[in-house]
This record gives sequence, C-alpha cells and structure tokens, in this order.
Amino acid sequence: MINKIVRDMAEAMQGIADGSTVLVGGFGSVGQPDALIEGLIEQGATDLTVVANNAGTGRVGLAKLMELGRVRKIICSFPRSAGSVVFEELYKAGKLELEIVPQGTLAERMRAAGAGVPAFYTPTGYGTLLTEGKPTAEFNGTPCVLEHALPGDVALIQAHHADRWGNLTYRRSGRNFNPVMAMASKLTIAQVDEVEPLGTLDPEAVVTPGIFVGRVIRVPLAAG
Amino acid sequence: MSETSFTPLSRKDMARRVAQDIPEGWYVNLGIGIPTMVADFVPLEREVVFHSENGVLGMGPAPGPDDADPWLINAGKQQVTLRRGGAYVHHADSFAMIRGGHLDLCVLGAFQVAENGDIANWATSVNDTAPAVGGAMDLAVGAKRLWVVMEHTTKDGGPRLVESCSYPLTAMQAVRRIYTNLAVIDVTPRGFEVVEMAPGLGFEALQARTGAKLHMAREAA
Repeated sequence: MINKIVRDMAEAMQGIADGSTVLVGGFGSVGQPDALIEGLIEQGATDLTVVANNAGTGRVGLAKLMELGRVRKIICSFPRSAGSVVFEELYKAGKLELEIVPQGTLAERMRAAGAGVPAFYTPTGYGTLLTEGKPTAEFNGTPCVLEHALPGDVALIQAHHADRWGNLTYRRSGRNFNPVMAMASKLTIAQVDEVEPLGTLDPEAVVTPGIFVGRVIRVPLAAG
Repeated sequence: MSETSFTPLSRKDMARRVAQDIPEGWYVNLGIGIPTMVADFVPLEREVVFHSENGVLGMGPAPGPDDADPWLINAGKQQVTLRRGGAYVHHADSFAMIRGGHLDLCVLGAFQVAENGDIANWATSVNDTAPAVGGAMDLAVGAKRLWVVMEHTTKDGGPRLVESCSYPLTAMQAVRRIYTNLAVIDVTPRGFEVVEMAPGLGFEALQARTGAKLHMAREAA
C-alpha cells in the first residue's frame, strides 16, 4: 500500500542533507509552508541554497533560518520588502549570496527542471544587469538569453487537501509556486490542511498528482 | 507664457486617464502603485480581465469587510476578490500567460523611459543594496503592449522621459505609450510624440520638463 502520509515532522524532514538546494513555496505568506520551515530549522541541515520568491519577513520562518546562519545562498525575484530585516542585515554584511531572477524566469527554470529541459532561451532580461555574461541568441528577430533549469534537492510546499498517494489540491492564490516546485525536486514534502481518503479528491481538481510528491504531513490551519 | 496656469493630473486622474483607453475584452496586468489604481476606473460592465502574477486571472476589486479572504491576494500582496469567470493557475502558467504574449496590455510604473522605449523601473543605481525585480522584466517583454504611468519629472524636477536611461534597464525598446501627470506621449520610430497635454499646459513648457526631444502627434496638433 502506498502511504506518503508521515507521522510527525521529524519523519517529514528525515535525510535533508547539508548543502541541499531547498525550494520553498509561497508568495509572500500565502501558500508558504510555515510548519515545514520550522521543521527544517529544527532538523538542522545547513549550508543550504534556498529558492523562494521572497526572502522572509520579521525574524520567523525563512528569516529565522537565515539568521541562524543556515543559508549560504538565496535565489529569489523579490527579496526586499517591508519587514525583510534579516535578509537586508545579512546581505549588507556580505554573509548571504544573492541571485536575483526575474519572477517568470524563476518559475520557468523550475518548470524546465521538472520537465527534463536542461536550459532554454527567453527574451526576458535581455540587455539588463541580471543576464550579464549569459549566452545570447536571436530567434525570429528577438534577442534572447540562455537560462538554465533550476532543480531542487528538496521542495517544501503548502497545499489544501491531500490523499495518501500524495495527490494535492490548492486554495485560491495559495497555489502560486507550489505545483512548479513539486515537479522540480527530487523530494517534495507537502504540508496540507486536510488529508482525505483515497478516491475522494475529484480527479479533475487535483493540481499536483502524487507522482510529484514524496511525503505529506497534515498541519491543520491555526484556529481563527 | 504663464508657468502657473496649467493643472497637473492627480494620481487618481492619471489612473482614470489610462482606464479610458482600455477596451472591453482585453487581458491586462497592472503593476504596483498608480497602475493598480487603474482597475478602479474600469467599470465592471466593461469586461476587462485583470491578471495578477501570483496566479489570478479575472481579479476583482478589494473585498468588503464580509468577503475578505486571506488566501486571495494580488501581486502587491493586498487582498482582492475573484470575478465570476475568474480562474486560478500556478506560477509557471501565470508567467506563460505573460511571457507567451497572451496579455493584451501591461501597465507599469517607471523611474525612467527613453525615447527608444527603454524602461528602467526596478533599481535606481547599479549599487542598489538589495535589488528586487519581481515580474517586471517578464511583463515588460512579454505583454503585447506596454504602457507606463508615472510622474513626468522627479521630486526635484529632473526629467524622467530621457534620451537614454541612466538607471539599470528593465527591458529594451519595450514601452509604447506613457501617461504622466502632464501628458500622454507615444513612443514612435521618431521618438516621443505628444498625444495630449494637461489643461493649460503649452508644448514649450512640456518640452522644458522633458529630457528628450518631443514631437507633436498629427491628431493632437
């Protein structure tokens, strides 16, 4: 019997190695797997490369992971926001490598990784600081830059409902990067609001099929 | 010519002016700031479908106190609503809509626009301590047309419409039209063409506030 539902956070985090590339879902705080980030903090892996749209806020979650010195490099599209104090401190002190990627290129690099495409050309970012030194080519008169796939060792994602096969549904704009990151990683760990019996999720409504998911942990929504 | 007789548009009026030019049926992405306000001036009965980078197609206005939903936000991370007919997609599909040329229009704010259509809107200097680009580079290149809405000059009166951008570029030769508090200006093969000016503003006064040569568009002459 396939059962991807894990019993506790320690089992969910088992085996995440130092030096891993960790893809973290969410757009701002919506669809962000807060409990899994806490679990990773507890688990102890370090020297991480974190891929996330934003670089955390306040001193909790991703910001706490960075403040503890566990993140070597962050790859994101929009690190600076109201409350991204830890990121800015570490970045100014030279203690954090930063790779800024246009948001669509970030999503597409992970989609490519999930689809077995090692690299692709795109016009986004051509002629800007963010693509300096990258190979270029022209297609149908449009100048493009070469971008490489961005695979993860681990993806930490948030979803709405799951079953024991790892099929996932999402909640409104909480979907965002989560399905793409699930495809792009060797191991995808999903934090979900509810686990349903196999066969009760509407197959038409499953956004991430279980083939992309390794472990599922139920984290009921906080009351209120 | 009097320098005090004209009335610059307010931020709201700039948004209202942009909204006038968006026809029914267009799929449109609005950037953060004044562009976001444009949606407030497109009446719901004129069916324009607003797209948000974080996977919302058919975005509606801000929620009332009873229908606020923390799971439904826009790219500026403000709570929004979904219109009837709207849909949710994941980030790669959302940016496929952008990068695949499916959006009819994107409206962005900017620091500078050059007379060849170059746009600079994500960083104010090469040594910006913590740059953040978001989806601006994808939008500027990917939408079928890019309009910019911004103040005509900087806070200290310097031009934002320039011969070439001094700030880091977001995209090359991308802008089609610029709406400012002083004018509507098209980017054409011969440079900036003035389509209309704020009430009471003369061409020479507008030129004095612009860092590149202005041409009069035929229909506005």
